Amino acid sequence: MKERLEELKQEALAKVDQADSVQGLKDVKVEYLGKKGPITEVLRGMGKLSKEERPVIGQLANDVRESIAQAIETKQTALEDAELEKQLEEESIDVTLPARPVKVGGPHLLTSIVEEIEDLFIGMGFEIKEGPEVETDYYNFEALNLPKGHPARDMQDSFYVTEELLMRTHTSPVQARTMGAKDGSEPVKMICPGKVYRRDTDDATHSHQFTQIEGLLVDKNVRMSDLKGVLNAFAKQMFGADREIRLRPSFFPFTEPSVEMDISCKVCGGKGCSVCKGTGWIEILGGGMVHPNVLEMAGYDPKEYSGFAFGMGPERIAMLKYGVDDIRHFYTNDVRFLEQYHKA
Amino acid sequence: MLVSLNWLQEYIDVSRYSPEELAEIITKTGIEVESVEPVAEEVTGVVVGYVRSCEQHPNADKLNLCQVDVGEETLQIVCGAPNVAEGQKVAVATPGAVLPGNFKIKKTKLRGEESNGMICSLQELGVDEKDVPKEYVDGIFVFPEDVEVGANAVSLLNLDDLIIELGLTPNRSDALSMAGVAYEVAAAIDGTYELADENVQTSEEKAADHVSVVVEDSEANPYYGAFIIKDVQVGPSPLWMRNRLTAAGIRPINNVVDITNYVLMEYGQPLHAFDYDRFGSNTIVTRRAKDGEKITTLDDQERTLKSDHLVITNGEIAHAIAGVMGGAESEVQEDTKTIILEAAYFHPSVVREASKDHGLRSESSTRFEKGVDPNRVERAGKRACELLAKYAGGTVLEGVVSHDELDRSEKQVTVNTSTINDRLGTEISNEDIADIFRRLQFNYDQNGDEFQVSVPTRRGDITIFEDMLEEVARIYGYDNLPYTLPQGASQAGGLTLEQLVKRKVKAYFEGAGLHETITYSLTHKDKAQMLVSPEVKEKSLSPVALAMPMSEDHGTLRLSMVPELLESLSYNVARKQENLAFYEVGTVFISEEEKVTKQPQEMLRASGALTGEWLSHPWQQEKKTVDFFVAKGILEGLSELLDLPFTYEKTKLDYMHPGRTATVSVHGEVIGFVGQVHPKLQKQLGLKETYVFDVNLEALIEEYKKEEKFQTIPRHPSVSRDIALVVDESVPAGSIEKTIAEAGSPLVKDVQVFDLYQGEHLDEGKKSLAFRLLYLDPLRTLKDQEVEEAHNAILEAVKNQHQAELRG
Repeated sequence: MKERLEELKQEALAKVDQADSVQGLKDVKVEYLGKKGPITEVLRGMGKLSKEERPVIGQLANDVRESIAQAIETKQTALEDAELEKQLEEESIDVTLPARPVKVGGPHLLTSIVEEIEDLFIGMGFEIKEGPEVETDYYNFEALNLPKGHPARDMQDSFYVTEELLMRTHTSPVQARTMGAKDGSEPVKMICPGKVYRRDTDDATHSHQFTQIEGLLVDKNVRMSDLKGVLNAFAKQMFGADREIRLRPSFFPFTEPSVEMDISCKVCGGKGCSVCKGTGWIEILGGGMVHPNVLEMAGYDPKEYSGFAFGMGPERIAMLKYGVDDIRHFYTNDVRFLEQYHKA
Repeated sequence: MLVSLNWLQEYIDVSRYSPEELAEIITKTGIEVESVEPVAEEVTGVVVGYVRSCEQHPNADKLNLCQVDVGEETLQIVCGAPNVAEGQKVAVATPGAVLPGNFKIKKTKLRGEESNGMICSLQELGVDEKDVPKEYVDGIFVFPEDVEVGANAVSLLNLDDLIIELGLTPNRSDALSMAGVAYEVAAAIDGTYELADENVQTSEEKAADHVSVVVEDSEANPYYGAFIIKDVQVGPSPLWMRNRLTAAGIRPINNVVDITNYVLMEYGQPLHAFDYDRFGSNTIVTRRAKDGEKITTLDDQERTLKSDHLVITNGEIAHAIAGVMGGAESEVQEDTKTIILEAAYFHPSVVREASKDHGLRSESSTRFEKGVDPNRVERAGKRACELLAKYAGGTVLEGVVSHDELDRSEKQVTVNTSTINDRLGTEISNEDIADIFRRLQFNYDQNGDEFQVSVPTRRGDITIFEDMLEEVARIYGYDNLPYTLPQGASQAGGLTLEQLVKRKVKAYFEGAGLHETITYSLTHKDKAQMLVSPEVKEKSLSPVALAMPMSEDHGTLRLSMVPELLESLSYNVARKQENLAFYEVGTVFISEEEKVTKQPQEMLRASGALTGEWLSHPWQQEKKTVDFFVAKGILEGLSELLDLPFTYEKTKLDYMHPGRTATVSVHGEVIGFVGQVHPKLQKQLGLKETYVFDVNLEALIEEYKKEEKFQTIPRHPSVSRDIALVVDESVPAGSIEKTIAEAGSPLVKDVQVFDLYQGEHLDEGKKSLAFRLLYLDPLRTLKDQEVEEAHNAILEAVKNQHQAELRG
């Protein structure tokens, strides 16, 4: 019997080995391990054996069963894997076909610039303030040292709604409002981005509506060198560490001394070209030390407090940074323009 | 301000700098140099020639055959100019000369006659036609007799000059004169300059015997000085003067006018010459004009005056609008013999008013408007007399007849070194500060650290410490200021919650496939009131309009961003960009007054507009054009982002599709609308089906701030049940959904429509809606019986409220 079992084992293992499909393997399993299979038959004949032989043969029969079952299982896994592999092979696709599109929009270039500037100044501890676009004459002009009849009001011909209300011509009224809300005793450190309006005919370089960002710092002992330091840090981050900055005297009614800031021309590296009109410098912003009249009107004692303010135009910055050649592009919303600057 | 470098060089030696270096220095110390340009293109080989003879060309009617002496030789030149004549001194381009445009002069033959050069017009030499004196516009230029034959015509005509254009800020009107520029340059380069004394020879005859001056409004006119110059011969002014005026952008006219203009450029003081014999009296009365009074000015315009304007009269009629323009009647003409020369100080605001009202901005008015130097008024008059005597043959009568209440005192400003250093962040020494005042030619008294500075009257812009601080800083050099960072207590900068949510909302729209746009706030009055959300329309009592718009198209503030967004779609579609999804976050302007007197409410809203294909994926046969549910889906995403439930109710709005428009509400309050644009408007704009939305973002942010954010994640299983209900087709799914949610509360946590069916097996006018309901109690596992009871209650409720039958 022993020989018979060994023989069956060899026979079965050979068939397992030969099986080339899951079904074929199943047949082998039924043939050898089924209720009517040869091993069962062998076991049935155990009654004829002696008491001593019975457990030995029983043990052997079980081992043979076990080996066959093990072999079938191993083979089964291998066959299944092969079959799956084959099936997956058939499922193969052309990965170069176009994808199902996912719509992606993006921010307007001006928003990107404004948010970049906001984030730069937030990093330097500034907060962001906003204010109304329809302003009172008081906040737009008077509180900024531009009394009625002041000649500098000519500089920014404005859109009036009533005698006392107008479309703000700059975001400076937000500064006046912010200072005014502080009781003349707390420091102010803010920037204010927003839309502003001037009486200009729209053309390649003028727009009756445009964007401005202004900044203000009021505290005890604020120095003009601080303005220079802050603007330098800003310009290097915004335009690149290799750019030089230059301050030169200017005039604004709300600052004294006043400055204009130029950065070295990126195109020619300061040698002079058509972009910088041969000067090597490009004007980027205006600013200065807050005029004592402005501080005083906002309730600060100009002997105790000083401050600096600056303002710039995101359109201009966008035009310089990305070579946009016509300010009207920002407002016509040509989708080909909008899409270009999503990574800006 | 146009500054001739040759003229400036005569006042102050700048020859050690190249023009570019000089421009850089001037810019850095305070006045921006906008450009440095040669007056004309380079010209070589042009000399003064003497026309010995001039005869008609034998073979051409319109040409002349001239023999021209150019010093070393006499050249035969064929000339076609109508004004060429024997005895003239003219500009001759000799063979080999190069004229503008790289035009080379060669010996040639014209109609059989040799022509060895060219007699030039000023235009041919590169002078802009507007700068050419009238008499030479159509012909060659003729030099005065005293020029030397063979001399370099280019330098005689000042064509080798450079013009420095200064961009003056409003405070620096002191540099509206060559003297002012020279003082500034002297400070900048540490050079020396002082305005030279006038030198007038007068006759014994007294001006006061010929004229008297009465000033009625001394505040408006604190100084009025009249000089009398007799025996004037009106004619051309000297060439050098004409050149300088041309360089300064002023066209030469005649010696009298040119001299007043020359002194204006030299001193910054406008002057005016009246013809004494045409003045009509010997009393000059300056007074406020009468309302409705008329004057015909030099430009032959009749102008109507107002009582704000100041006029110069002969006691009766006005002969000039003070500081703005003279009258035609007393204008200096060729036969003028005696002139009254006016040197006056008119108050800036008086001149500004008149100049604004008449739309007349002259070289004169711009200077008066900014305030002229009180110490130079009378001096300028004297300077003009000096020149009139010299170049117009005039006899200056003795004395100036004047009204004089002019304050000529110098302002005192006290500064001290430590405050200057505190404000600038510098360590400038007393000596350096003293040196800066010396360069500026400001007198001062020093007491240790303290300087009491007398501000010259030419610098009317300096009145307070900070002004003087700027003077010190700019001469010290902005470049030399250190870089420091503010030392005050630092604060944590950052965005407010509102600003953060706004950024988040914008990022959401962009992630959802929308491009951000920015449109104009000012729009056409019709568009301003179109496509306005119902809750805005209700609030707004009148549109906010500009008092004086520049154009109708940008005259009124928007109440909705949708019309401009549609305009943007239309613009793109016209350019074959047809699949578009735009949004804008911006403000609309709501006035709750019948007539606007107060600032309008500025409400932050978010609007969108979509048209064309939303999804196009042809090879897998997927395609979706924008429809109502795409637009609604974008709002639903926003609702999810902000965790605020939006509800929609069908509505009708002007310019919107009557069957495809809904209001959007949050917590029962309407906050916006969504829907299809009316097909008529679509057609008008050249758009296919277009959907828009507009919601009050400000209100959403407010609600968002109120909401409690975190809810415990349920640990117990939920039960989901489906029901299909048959209802009239007019019953909105949303209202059934609402009934289910209410009747199933609190166990029903979610209701979703998952099927809509109409057609076979259903009665006409009926539809079947299938809902999936989610039952959940976060604190325990639900029993079947509880769900069953709630479910029955729901069926009961929908039956009662919507006559809904369970579909069998």
